[in-house]
Amino acid sequence: MSAKPEIHDDQVTVEIDGVAYRARKGEMIIRVADAAGVVIPRFCYHPKLPVAANCRMCLVEVERAPKPLPACATPVTDGMKVFTRSPRAIAAQKAVMEFLLINHPLDCPICDQGGECELQDLSLGFGSSVSRFAEKKRVVADHDLGPLIATDMTRCIHCTRCIRFLEVIAGQKELGGIGRGEHMRIDTYVERAIGSEMSGNVIDVCPVGALTSKPFRFTARAWELREYAAVAPHDSMGSHIALHTRGGRVMRVVPREEESINEVWISDRDRYSYQGLYAADRLTAPMVRRGDRLEPVEWDVALEAVADGLRRAVTEGGPDAIGVLVSPTATLEELYLLNRLVRGLGSSNIDHRLRQTDFRNQEQAPAFPSLGLPIEALERVDAALLVGSNVRHEQPIAAHRLRKAALAGAKVLFVNPLDFEFHFPVAERIVADPAGMVRAVAGIAKALGAGGAGDTPAARDFLKEIRPAPAERAIAQALREGERASVLLGALAAAHPDYSLLRALAMRIAAAAGATFGELPEAANSAGAWIAGAVPHRDAGAVPVLPAGRDARAMIESPPQALVLFNVEPEFDCHDAAAARRAAHASAFTVVMGSYGSEAAREYADVLLPVAAFAETSGTFVNAEGRWQGFRGAATPPGEARPGWKVLRVLGNLLGLPGFDYADSAQVCDELRAKAGGLTAEWRGEPGDIDIVESARVTGLFRIGEAPIYRTDPLVRRASALQKTELARDAVCRIAPKEAARLGLADAARVEVMQGEAHAVLPLVVDERVPEGCAWIPAATPGSAALGPSIGPVSLRVAP
Amino acid sequence: MRTLRNYVKSLFLWELFMGLRVTGRYLFARKVTLMYPEEKTPQSPRFRGLHALRRYPNGEERCIACKLCEAVCPALAITIESEPRADGTRRTTRYDIDLFKCIFCGFCEESCPVDSIVETRIYEYHYENRGEQIIHKEQLLANGDRYEAQLAADRAQEARYR
Repeated sequence: MSAKPEIHDDQVTVEIDGVAYRARKGEMIIRVADAAGVVIPRFCYHPKLPVAANCRMCLVEVERAPKPLPACATPVTDGMKVFTRSPRAIAAQKAVMEFLLINHPLDCPICDQGGECELQDLSLGFGSSVSRFAEKKRVVADHDLGPLIATDMTRCIHCTRCIRFLEVIAGQKELGGIGRGEHMRIDTYVERAIGSEMSGNVIDVCPVGALTSKPFRFTARAWELREYAAVAPHDSMGSHIALHTRGGRVMRVVPREEESINEVWISDRDRYSYQGLYAADRLTAPMVRRGDRLEPVEWDVALEAVADGLRRAVTEGGPDAIGVLVSPTATLEELYLLNRLVRGLGSSNIDHRLRQTDFRNQEQAPAFPSLGLPIEALERVDAALLVGSNVRHEQPIAAHRLRKAALAGAKVLFVNPLDFEFHFPVAERIVADPAGMVRAVAGIAKALGAGGAGDTPAARDFLKEIRPAPAERAIAQALREGERASVLLGALAAAHPDYSLLRALAMRIAAAAGATFGELPEAANSAGAWIAGAVPHRDAGAVPVLPAGRDARAMIESPPQALVLFNVEPEFDCHDAAAARRAAHASAFTVVMGSYGSEAAREYADVLLPVAAFAETSGTFVNAEGRWQGFRGAATPPGEARPGWKVLRVLGNLLGLPGFDYADSAQVCDELRAKAGGLTAEWRGEPGDIDIVESARVTGLFRIGEAPIYRTDPLVRRASALQKTELARDAVCRIAPKEAARLGLADAARVEVMQGEAHAVLPLVVDERVPEGCAWIPAATPGSAALGPSIGPVSLRVAP
Repeated sequence: MRTLRNYVKSLFLWELFMGLRVTGRYLFARKVTLMYPEEKTPQSPRFRGLHALRRYPNGEERCIACKLCEAVCPALAITIESEPRADGTRRTTRYDIDLFKCIFCGFCEESCPVDSIVETRIYEYHYENRGEQIIHKEQLLANGDRYEAQLAADRAQEARYR
């Protein structure tokens, strides 16, 4: 308290243990004490959750109060004198501790929380060494909360943090307190698993070992683990996580506090995907195809084979004969070196936009896709329009922020191809097929009076015919009224056949309504991939390249002679699964650089190079705000696997390309930062020109599908616990009841799905959430791996 | 004067006879030398020798993989890996002690909440190959089974001091 803080009307002076502090009027004692560094024991109080004041551990003595008061629920008043260590306060805290320990089992040696348990820690300070309780302790039956959370409810001390978390933060009231007094237990209302995509956080909030991580169960102790700071590798929020390793192996993942991104929460996907690191099909040695068989070889042989193959392709077919498809979950360093490799060979065929199909107006696109506002600011918007986004599953942390905004009265509006369930009130929603989505967004734009110069005649005709519907007017109204409004495009918009159109219209809406425009980039490093130049039309640092190379779709439709797949599984990661797999087979020389050697990869790969996965390599991710976040390698890659940047560095040297002598990944990052340091997400030119509406050309049934939450990248697809959850069910075909009746499928249990030559047999579910004229078939699942475009024409018939 | 005394002492081999006096005393004292290995010293029930993992009388292993012994071991001689067994209980899948690292301090035994890891009275063992000094869970359990009667008796005798 060196500098005297300014005195405001709403400030009061409190004295805690004889020291005076300034505090806001109405603030709880425990908050003031925490800010001042005065320790008050507590169990039920959590700074991010509403106050329950039911554990009574934070009892403190307050002058002139007849009894000790709970610090978490007592607001400060001017001149209040608080004593946290007075004999009366200590006696009260010790008495509470004695009551808590009456029924708490003495099973710390077999409890996973042992060593990091709040009850254990506090019982050291406030517990008695001898129990006066000679009666029998109570035992509570366990309930199965699903494959992610293990329960030992006998250990529960009824702090209700988990209940409050699920109700207030996760928005799914799935746990509750049943019974009173000694008979109270925390339970699911109906026997079922917790279905929230953020459920793992109850493990962190639980102060005792009642809720623990099931995949981590009994495998390590808190004191054996080494902690490494890292950045979550799935969604584009860049949540701060900590990897806990033991013997070079990631044992678990926990959140790190970062108020401006993930606060103290992380999604289950970020928490449990580490299990994928230890999948059975991890690649442990380089392999080269000799005849019909893939043979394990030394690194130098494999790298020589790759260099030869690429060189041969360039000599035979020119630079255009090579192509690179790279996962947007690769690190910035890997993306940049791949870019340099491809450009060094004279080609520009490199792309990370695997699920995108519409690349019109990519020249005008900003240097990287961006949210358009800080993640923190999402919770302060008054109105937000999300186009084509199942934000809850795509970006759980962004959804959490939007939920806060919606609960505070903001209007969250959606234009989606499926009526997704959200955990917050949705002010207005339009559910339409892809062509309908374009019309709806155009309707909103028109209702706002947003016009555009330079439209093609076809587009002008299209816009002329649009008559805004009441829902579209309502959305326009909400956006216009919102002081802080935002228009966001999600993954389903990015995969839309008219993405460029949706984007141009959304930008017009944003401009007309005074809202910010942004995108929810799909993967952890989508923004980084743009910056590193993993796009065919721009080099690193967003320097335009002319002529532009072939984009992901073009490479899949007419495969180059030599195809490099970096951490990509074509049958799951690409927009058109069947065509992508065909392309991998069709290219004469297919190099698979990745962490996994799936059955499919072993069929089409000519060379397999084992690359260290997330957590095993150092690198940098750029999140949706454009924030560069570096991390170090924490775990040891299995077998011969090496970090991607090292592999690419050696490959660059073998190919005789200049400037590939990096000593560490930081050097690579620094080089890129020098080129791209000051990049902003400004648009480069007028995106307004819109062209023909592709989706309107589809006649008949439209397939729509997203990559489900636990199927988005190779790592999470192998996370065994996540794959057992409800959210990871295999593909089913969903159609609207009316559509089912029209197609004569009302009674069918299984349907044959056909997309050109691709076909698959899937279970049929009649679902009212699907718009008419559409069939909802998720991508990236085993059931749909043989199918064609995830958003495109489809036909159904009863399975024979 | 001093020179003269030293001269007389050395002339009559005084130091030699002083030394022989000690020899003579032990010549007639009670013998303490043991004819090892035929004879052995008596042992305390607190003797800290070769390690063993004990079982409950019903045959269930006592160890619950709490890893306190691993944490307390000052020589880092213990390595434990654990996972849930099929019946859901917490069990070790690996319990290794490197007897070259072990300093036989007995902290592991002290820290064990279920009296599972113990040190037996055995101190005679050898290895023929490098690597054999790391003893595994099966060997430790076998030790426990073999010496259980003695171990149980020793622990019962010591119970009132613990």
